[in-house]
Amino acid sequence: MHADRFLPHAALQGLYEALAERGYAVIAPRVKDGAIFYEESRHPDSLPWGIRLEQDAGASRAVQDTHTQCFAWANGPQALKPLTFAPRETLWRIKRTAVGFAVEAIEHAARPLAVIGTRACDLAALSIQDRHFLGGPYPDPGYAARREDMLLIAVNCTHPASTCFCASTGYGPAAEAGFDLALTELEGGFVARAGSARGEELLAALTLENATPEQAEAAAASVRHAAESQTRAIPGTQLRDALMARLDHPRWREVAERCLACGNCTLVCPTCFCHAEVELPELDGSGSLHAREWDSCFGERHAYIHGKQLRPEISQRYRQWLTHKLATWHEQFGRSGCVGCGRCIAWCPVGIDITEEATALLK
Amino acid sequence: MSSVADFFMNSPHPPQLARIVERIQESDDIFTLRLRFSDAALQDGYRFTPGQFNMVYLPGAGEVPISLSSDPEEREGFAHTIRAVGRVTQGLAALGRGAEVGLRGPYGRGWPLAEAEGKDVFVVTGGLGCAPVMAVIHYVLKRRERFKRLVILQGVKHSHDLIWRASYERWAQEADTQVLLAANATEALWPWHVGSPIDLVAQAEFDPAHAVAMVCGPEGMMVAAARALKARGMDEADIHLSLERNMQCALGLCGHCQLGGKFICKDGPVFAYPEVKALLERGGL
Repeated sequence: MHADRFLPHAALQGLYEALAERGYAVIAPRVKDGAIFYEESRHPDSLPWGIRLEQDAGASRAVQDTHTQCFAWANGPQALKPLTFAPRETLWRIKRTAVGFAVEAIEHAARPLAVIGTRACDLAALSIQDRHFLGGPYPDPGYAARREDMLLIAVNCTHPASTCFCASTGYGPAAEAGFDLALTELEGGFVARAGSARGEELLAALTLENATPEQAEAAAASVRHAAESQTRAIPGTQLRDALMARLDHPRWREVAERCLACGNCTLVCPTCFCHAEVELPELDGSGSLHAREWDSCFGERHAYIHGKQLRPEISQRYRQWLTHKLATWHEQFGRSGCVGCGRCIAWCPVGIDITEEATALLK
Repeated sequence: MSSVADFFMNSPHPPQLARIVERIQESDDIFTLRLRFSDAALQDGYRFTPGQFNMVYLPGAGEVPISLSSDPEEREGFAHTIRAVGRVTQGLAALGRGAEVGLRGPYGRGWPLAEAEGKDVFVVTGGLGCAPVMAVIHYVLKRRERFKRLVILQGVKHSHDLIWRASYERWAQEADTQVLLAANATEALWPWHVGSPIDLVAQAEFDPAHAVAMVCGPEGMMVAAARALKARGMDEADIHLSLERNMQCALGLCGHCQLGGKFICKDGPVFAYPEVKALLERGGL
C-alpha cells in the first residue's frame, strides 16, 4: 500500500491536465442557478470555491461564503446517475423499406469520463446501479459503455448538509471502495489516497509530497466530525420485515395528504432505476426511434395496465416507493436501496423526510 | 478498453423481424397472429415454454408483452392471441398476412408442465381469451397420455364474451376431461352456470393431492380461485398463477412490473401461489 499524499489546491490544475492527457473528459461540480451540478470542466477555477450549501427539507441553496475550500458542501441534486444511466437514450431505430422495415441498434459512442468530487453515498449508489444494469442476464450495453472506463475521484464529506444521514446507513461519509482516488479536503489542499492502480499512477505522475501525520489526522478528524454532526438518521438498515408488516399503517394515508406525487424524490435518488420505453415516430412515417427515459413510480403511467391503474392512490404509490427502497430492495440486491444522501428530503417540494416517515411507520 | 461496438453487438433491446403468416379473427376484438421469424436460423432455434411471452413491436407505435399461445413443439412458427385494447394492439389488429412486426423473446418463466405430468391438470381462467392457459389446454390434449384428468374452468362476465365456445363443447366430450363454464350475466340458451366461476370449483372431479392448478385472470379472481382450490385440499405450492403487470423492457430493468421484490417479467410471469400470496391478497402493491 502506498502512502497518502498531499495534493495542494494549486496542484489541481496538474490533475486536470493529467486526466486530459490520459484521454478523460473531466466532470466536476460547479454552481449553476443556485445549485451544484456535475458538468464537463477544463479548469479547477470552475469548482465551487468558497461555496456552502444551505439545505433542509424542501430547500437547497448554494451560497457564496468567505472560506477557501472547494468541497465544503455535501451534494447537489444529481451526481453520477445521469452519467451512467442516461436520462434519455435511444435503444434502436427503424427505417421503413419497400417490403417492411429494418431495425438498427444504436451505438452510443462513450468518452471515458473522470469524475472529480464523487461522494461516498454516490459510490454506494453506483455499485447498486452497476448490479442492476450489468449484473443480470441482460447487461445493458449503453450503461456498460459509459461505465467501463469511468475514473472516479472521490471526495470524502467534511461538511454534511442537515439532510444527510449516510452515517446511519453505513455508506459514508468516507468513501471505502469503488474509487480510483479519494481526497479529503483541508485548508490549502487534500490528503489523497489511491484506490486503484490507475489512481496510484496518477498520484505518482503528479509528484506530490507524502501527507504528514498531522495532515492525515486532520483529514480523519474532519470525516469523523462529519459523521458525528449528522442530525438525521434512518431508523435501521434492516427494515424489511418491519415495514412489510405495516402495509396498513395509517401513516401511508397521512403522508399521502402531503405528497404531490411529483416524482422529484425518484429523479434525484441515486439508486432509483425505473425507466419508461417510448416510441418517437418521424412525422413523415419514414422511421421511428425507440427510446427509454427516466420514469417514476409516483406517475399515473407506472402501474397502468390496459385500462386498469394498479396503484390509483398516492398513498399506494408512496408506499410502493418507500417499501421498495427500504424493504423489498433487500430481496433484489441484498441491501437497502437508501444510501443516506438526503436528496429526496431536500428536493421534495413539500419537504417530506424519508427518515421521519420511516421512523413514524415503525411506531 | 472494449470498443463501443462490443457492447452493442449483443444488445438485448432491438427486436428481430417476424412476418405474419396467418391472421385469425377469434371474436370482435380478439385475433390470433401466426408468425415466423424472417431469419430462418432464428426460427429454427426458437424455443419456448407455454406461459412465456414475447415483446411484440409495431413500428412507430411501440412494444407490448404478449404470451405465446401456440404449441411449443411446432417449428414452423408460433402464435399470439391478442385482444385489441390499446394503441399498439389496435395497430396490430389492423395488420394482415404478410405484414412484418418486430419481436423479441421468449421471456420469463412458463407453466410447470413437466411437474404436472402424471397428475391431474386443473385450468382456471377468468376473463376473455386467456391465451396463457389456452396454450396449456392444447398442450395437454395433444399429449393426453402424459396427464391424468383435465379440468377446464372458465368464467366470463357475460356469456357472449365466451370465445371458442365450440372448442369447450368438444372438450367436454373428451375422456377424463371436465368443462365447467360460468357467466355472471347470460343471454338465452346458456346451459352452464350463472354466477362466479369460483362457485364451480366445488363441482370439479379431480384428485387434489395429485393435481397441478394453472390459473389466469384478474388478480382478485386468481386469489379467490387459489383459496377455493386450497379448500378442496390442494397444496398451495401446486397452484400456479400467471400474473400480468406493465412490462416495458421484459429484461428486469425498467421496474414497471415489480410486485414486492419480484420482477414479474423475469421472476414470473408464472408463480407458485405461496411466492406471491401475501402481496396479491393485499392488492394495491
